[in-house]
Amino acid sequence: MKVLAAMSGGVDSAVAAARIADAGHEVTGMHLALSNNPQSFRSGARGCCSLEDSRDARRAADIIGIPFYVWDLAEQFRRDVVEDFVAEYAAGRTPNPCLRCNERIKFAAVLDRALALGFDAVATGHYARVLVGPQGVEMHRALDPSKDQSYVLGVLEQWQLEKSLFPLGDSLKREVREEADRRGLTVARKPDSHDICFIADGDTAGWLEERLGEQRGEIVDAVSGEVLGEHQGAYRFTVGQRRGTGLSVPAADGAPRYVTSIEPSTRRVFVGPPTLLDVNVIDGMKAHWCQGLPTAGQTVGVQVRAHGTEVAATVVAVDDADVTLRTHEPIRGLAAGQAAVMYEGSRVIGAVTVAGSRRDS
Amino acid sequence: MHYLDHAATSPMTSPVINAMDAAFRVVGNPSSVHSAGRTARRLVEEAREAVAAAVGCHPAEVVFTSGGTEADNLAIKGLWLQQQARHPHRSRLLVSSVEHHAVLDSANWMAAGEGALLEQIPVDEFGVLRMDALSAMIERDPASVALISVMWANNEVGSLQPLAEVVALAAQYGIPVHSDAVQVIGAVPVDFRASGLAAMTVSAHKCGGPMGIGALVLQRDVTPIPVLHGGGQERDIRSGTIPMPLIVGMAAAFEGAVAELDSHCARISSLRDDLVARVLALEVGAALRGHPTRRLPGNAHFTFSGCEGDALLMLMDAGGVQVSTGSACSAGIPQASHVLLAMGLDAATARGALRFSLGRTSTMADVDAVVGLLPEVVERARKAGMINR
Repeated sequence: MKVLAAMSGGVDSAVAAARIADAGHEVTGMHLALSNNPQSFRSGARGCCSLEDSRDARRAADIIGIPFYVWDLAEQFRRDVVEDFVAEYAAGRTPNPCLRCNERIKFAAVLDRALALGFDAVATGHYARVLVGPQGVEMHRALDPSKDQSYVLGVLEQWQLEKSLFPLGDSLKREVREEADRRGLTVARKPDSHDICFIADGDTAGWLEERLGEQRGEIVDAVSGEVLGEHQGAYRFTVGQRRGTGLSVPAADGAPRYVTSIEPSTRRVFVGPPTLLDVNVIDGMKAHWCQGLPTAGQTVGVQVRAHGTEVAATVVAVDDADVTLRTHEPIRGLAAGQAAVMYEGSRVIGAVTVAGSRRDS
Repeated sequence: MHYLDHAATSPMTSPVINAMDAAFRVVGNPSSVHSAGRTARRLVEEAREAVAAAVGCHPAEVVFTSGGTEADNLAIKGLWLQQQARHPHRSRLLVSSVEHHAVLDSANWMAAGEGALLEQIPVDEFGVLRMDALSAMIERDPASVALISVMWANNEVGSLQPLAEVVALAAQYGIPVHSDAVQVIGAVPVDFRASGLAAMTVSAHKCGGPMGIGALVLQRDVTPIPVLHGGGQERDIRSGTIPMPLIVGMAAAFEGAVAELDSHCARISSLRDDLVARVLALEVGAALRGHPTRRLPGNAHFTFSGCEGDALLMLMDAGGVQVSTGSACSAGIPQASHVLLAMGLDAATARGALRFSLGRTSTMADVDAVVGLLPEVVERARKAGMINR
């Protein structure tokens, strides 16, 4: 096969490319340039689009012995990921930009383009497994639970999975690093990336403020309705957040206060006791189904954040676009905009964007 | 393997490699006064004479630099600063809009940081300087122009510039002219003395020499303010240990390129004409860019409608043909060429650019390979469409 290996400059994508090449495929390395000004994004070892990362990716390709190119996706990334991120926060939601990047860039723009140019598949260093099942291609959690990235890939549908290779799905991170070292890849000891690649210093609130400006509003007690204080922008808050409200007055019972909800239209941020954060009904929209829809009444696992734990849930209602889930135990602090990925065992059923959630006992 | 990117760099010739191999074995800093130093110095001065003979200047007019970029920086920054020191009212800097980034970015830097009043001289649809525009620019206030810089031939689309007219016009007002002649050594006859230029940039590696060496040819009474400070090895204008083996290589390259100029040009322009005719005959949406006739003999530049240049490049590369999108590329990130935009192309069209540059080692087999590969490559690239839809 002709395989396009997306190479971020990190250890995972380098080993993934090397494994595909070893398997006898004709591999081309491709670094995706996602910033108009490469130096403005996170520099050094932690991001995915700095000049240094581009060089690291190139050196890995040299050592593997595959051709290497850079694709400029800065404009599309800005439009589909960065602006979407800002707009979501402005609307009081909490988006996952990595998931959006996979949905709109890596497994859409890049995959489309690769297929048109004559490649048969795209390989990445994501930790997830693609298996062939009775209904077609299935995506499963990775073998290494601490690295599993099936959550951020939950938006991939059949046609995308059929053309995607995840050579690291059966490996432990430790093994991947050891293999990189054995192969002489200089990125073997490069630290993992964690934070949002386009926010250089990790200060998401400050970054958003530069783009959205100061938008003062009230901090309101979710139980009593009393105005407790003022904030400089609702986008600085996410449901479930405890720190950063700047409230000096403790709650009546002395319990810590959490952000329980955000009302973008009035710029009001509600705070309250953690029990208010517990929800057990999730309304999801914009569904991506990997193979087919689950059935009403079916028990599934649901995960609502990248490194969150999975909880059991019953499908209450479902159609092509939407799903309502009732979890068997409460989920604490679920913000609109987060993705909820549904599993059956280790298999991904699909992903939805959280439209709303509530407590329903 | 078909290497059709001679404008990026050219294969070194055997005489160059042999001359450098011998020179690398000679011990001595050309600036040392002892016998070893004198031995090295002699090789440098012989090389300087050979370079001078090749470009029609006096040996004392050759100031060796680390290459074309440094020579352009020295010319733009150094000459503008020198003019400012002598004639404070001369602050306008006129450069063509299709210059190499070594000139354009130097000029922009002088405008941003030193107070140079930068004006870009427009070009026509072929990338050829508009003399009417230059004339109007100068005549607005001739005494305020410090320097004009117009390249001898464009590195992307290959168009030759009306340099004689530029120099004649500038001479009426006593304005010095610099020209970046990096692309033309061995491609068109170059006679610095006859050109009337105040300064001219040349580089070794575009005509069979090594990378990392070039020169700013400077009239003897033209003394730019130095950009690099140090030992003042080159006429007190350029500092740095004189890289004798590279200079020996440059001289061998220039001698060879100039000696073979006529036969070389006849051969590769005929190959190039064949390439252009056959590419256009494929009817794959290719448009020839640059001047149809007054262009570098080895240059064929096209835009392919609906295609992304970097996709074309990658597919050609996979097929064993090495070409360029012809645009500046700092982090390996392709952008629409400023040259094509200056010629009036829209950004989408400009992004479909592919430059084929033929040279000494090019053969009909290279042209055949291009023509054989292009239809499928263009079809695929067009299908992939523009990356930022």
